[in-house]
Amino acid sequence: MIEVSNVNHRFGELHVLQDISLSISERRVGVIGANGSGKSTFVRLLNGLLIPDEGTVTVDGVDTRQEVKAVRRKVGFVFQNPDNQIVFPVVEEDIEFGLKNMKLPKDEIARKVDAVLEKYRLTHLRAHSAHLLSGGEKQMLAISAVLVMEPRYVVLDEPMTLLDLRNKKLVMETIHDIEQSVVLVTHDLEYLREFDRVIVFDTGKIIADELPESAIRHYMQAMA
Amino acid sequence: MLSLYVPGDSLVHRIPAGTKLVLLFAGSIALFAVSNIPLHVGELLAIAGLFHVARLPWRAVLRQLRTALLFMVPIFLFHVFITDWVLGLETVLRILALLLFAVLVTLTTKLSDMIDILERAFRPLAYLGINPSKASMMLSMVIRFIPLMMREAQEILEAQRARGLDRNAIAVLVPLLIKTLKMADDLSDAIDARGYDAETVVPVWRRVR
Repeated sequence: MIEVSNVNHRFGELHVLQDISLSISERRVGVIGANGSGKSTFVRLLNGLLIPDEGTVTVDGVDTRQEVKAVRRKVGFVFQNPDNQIVFPVVEEDIEFGLKNMKLPKDEIARKVDAVLEKYRLTHLRAHSAHLLSGGEKQMLAISAVLVMEPRYVVLDEPMTLLDLRNKKLVMETIHDIEQSVVLVTHDLEYLREFDRVIVFDTGKIIADELPESAIRHYMQAMA
Repeated sequence: MLSLYVPGDSLVHRIPAGTKLVLLFAGSIALFAVSNIPLHVGELLAIAGLFHVARLPWRAVLRQLRTALLFMVPIFLFHVFITDWVLGLETVLRILALLLFAVLVTLTTKLSDMIDILERAFRPLAYLGINPSKASMMLSMVIRFIPLMMREAQEILEAQRARGLDRNAIAVLVPLLIKTLKMADDLSDAIDARGYDAETVVPVWRRVR
């Protein structure tokens, strides 16, 4: 379970998160809100990319402030722009990167890379230059590179924003099939209908935290 | 990301990166230590043979060598007029052999394998407080950033042209710098998020005895 307690965070004068407290134990949680509402800052707290100015974030009892490396093993993070998260030039090498950081033996790394490439239908691209992939393929690579590390939770920060309709659908189907608990930040509200819960942010505060239908209704009213 | 590596399963591809780099280093010293034109021709042919073994596409090889080849003519002519043509021929053969060898290593070795070797090679620098892991990662990031920055620069140029601005270095450099810093920030987040952990390095003079 992820627990966020009494969190406040500021960027200079801007109070981006105000008294946020909640716990996440559902399999599928959506996070929505206008640009600048604090949703990306919120999800960055969940794997310790940001440590809150005040309050605590714990993942399965592990505090992000105390043991950030352990938290990052538990929470995988997929960013909006895959170009800014692909570290190595060849598909296979980029997937290996996280596994090497986990100090796994070479044969285990090779086995896991093979498995994830096959699972996400990237085997034919394994020796391909990552920067020459299409937008959808890049995002699939980014997701695979996180999932190969087998985190307990997967946070995705607007992974479909830069994609066309076909690739959005492909990425969403992939997200749908992820076995782990998923926290998804998105502006594509239609994909959240089957989620267990949707959290709505507005100017650094949670204005709704409920089932998708009513949460989305609240969001629409707030944006009207 | 610059992707120079050409995937393959040849004998040359399978030679460990460390062995290839040591051979390149030793070969470059030998090339300049020995003065013998037939020997250099033999070396060139041997390296060309290795290209054949590695089954590398000639187009990729020529792309790597294109600019360097252009320099061979003035280097040769310089020697013809200043010293003698034999020395010119030998110099050109040496440089060509070295370049071909380096291109062979580059095209048949994965960047991640190179980085691993560099990290090991940089290890003695830890005594000076330089983190070998960070140093090798930094080199990898430089290689990774070049094409991204080129694309960003192109986009900025097009956006400015669309608004009627002619070529203006400052007008390109300022937004490019801002975008690059933002990219670097995002990438460092992504590297952190995937559990990258460079051990802390303490210089030898600060170590507690």
